[in-house]
Amino acid sequence: MANYQVNKTYQEINEKIKKGQAVVVTAEEIIDIVRRKGEAEAARTVDVVTTGTFSPMCSSGAILNFGHTKPPIKASQAWLNNVPAYAGLAAVDVYLGATEPATDDPLNKVYPGEFKYGGGHVIQDLVAGKAVHLVAEAYGTDCYPNKRVEKDVTLKQLPNAVLFNPRNCYQNYNCAVNLSNRTIYTYMGPLRPRAGNANFCTAGQLSPLFNDPYYRTIGIGTRIFLGGGVGYVCFPGTQHNPGKPRGENGIPLGPAGTLMVLGDLKKMSARYLVGVSLLGYGCSLTVGMGIPIPLLNEEIAHFCAVTDDQLLAPIVDYGHDYPAATGRILGHVSYAQLKSGKMDLDGQEILTVPLSSLVRAREVAQLLKEWIEKGQFLLGEPVDLLPGSEEIHCVRTAGRDS
Amino acid sequence: MHAEMLVLQFPREVVDQPIIYRLVKDFALEFNLLKAAINPRQEGLIVMELRGHPKDFRRGLKYLRDAGVKVRQVAREVGRNEERCYQCGTCTAVCPSGALYIERPEMAVAFDATRCSACELCCQVCPAHAMEVRLNREAV
Repeated sequence: MANYQVNKTYQEINEKIKKGQAVVVTAEEIIDIVRRKGEAEAARTVDVVTTGTFSPMCSSGAILNFGHTKPPIKASQAWLNNVPAYAGLAAVDVYLGATEPATDDPLNKVYPGEFKYGGGHVIQDLVAGKAVHLVAEAYGTDCYPNKRVEKDVTLKQLPNAVLFNPRNCYQNYNCAVNLSNRTIYTYMGPLRPRAGNANFCTAGQLSPLFNDPYYRTIGIGTRIFLGGGVGYVCFPGTQHNPGKPRGENGIPLGPAGTLMVLGDLKKMSARYLVGVSLLGYGCSLTVGMGIPIPLLNEEIAHFCAVTDDQLLAPIVDYGHDYPAATGRILGHVSYAQLKSGKMDLDGQEILTVPLSSLVRAREVAQLLKEWIEKGQFLLGEPVDLLPGSEEIHCVRTAGRDS
Repeated sequence: MHAEMLVLQFPREVVDQPIIYRLVKDFALEFNLLKAAINPRQEGLIVMELRGHPKDFRRGLKYLRDAGVKVRQVAREVGRNEERCYQCGTCTAVCPSGALYIERPEMAVAFDATRCSACELCCQVCPAHAMEVRLNREAV
């Protein structure tokens, strides 16, 4: 156990929050504070740093319970606005995945497919208060004789609705280029041939897991801003891989940690949960997420003061290497460079394109800051921390992280 | 049925030909004239809405171009639905005219409609469907 000059507990910080006395700053604001005052003084004066991100997160979805009908039904198949939901659960529970397209979507038959409406859009419509058309079918049993239910439902009418995202909030992500000779359409956006553009998708220095690289505070039970409401980290996300190579500053040099999160969908907002269509790829859900980091000691202040020039993204060719799963990395580029609008790849100047909204990510971090300042949001102390680099054995994902 | 607002520029050599008549007679297209300035032995200009079966429409357009008429669809413009746009920046990957660009250091996505060539590439790639094609009646 390291000896710190500053030692604060979650309880102490929560007491200050309840009294409206907590000092809260965003992950961008803390940078200058640490620069001016030093890490220990920053940890002494600031209680919480708020982070934010606003990106398409495909591994998202909603657990919906649509309420028992009369006569009752044990749904075996279900659709919401013609988008299939998984019904292999108890009677009226379904899981609606963000990337599920509508049944009549032409997909990529007319390339590149538009994927106009899917699970992510249904989730946004529900949150926006719109009525959604539900169809459920069943084979019928003695206890659940009903074989078909069809009705319009609103989020308010559903007994339960939980946003449950198995893998969100990637700690770092690829910078995508396309070295082939034709335009390709990927989950990393459109990529013009011969490295015509380089797309990236994190909020950089504002992004949650960049500010807590070793998961010292973000763990199971951490209370978070999720989709405009309150959510929780409930487990390490799927493909959570803390063992990825790290730089000298401890920051992973590629996609590493991930979070599994959930929260009450009924309290979320359509501004922070946006159904999206990724041309040629599919449907998804853009999720606004903010995680508070308590400055328990000066080491945590040190990590929160990380800046874009110290964060490196791996450059990956989505024209050949990614679909072939070669795992090849062309090099690394800093987020400061990526945010500048231009980067260099083997002497070629390339336009850099963000897919993640920094404007909305800042809004999330600011909103979370205000909630905490007003005493409306207390910190959740993790009941268990996420597996760190030494504890987990990851199954190789063949050079792929999506 | 397909309809577009078109601006036709007639070079001097063709102003004396019954081109619009042919569009109606040979291609079964309907037209609605909004503006016409045709003078003998001078370049002419017509703004009109042209309407018909998509196949006839395409053939009609080809006839116009083959006849030497310059056809522009300037009355179609691209607009941004500010409610839907969440300022990601994906559109800047494809915008050829620089109408869509990132303002730094805010990283806000700006849209300068005066630089937009209405190519509609952004409408396809915008994840939130925020870029919309509109008919600009003021421009005609």
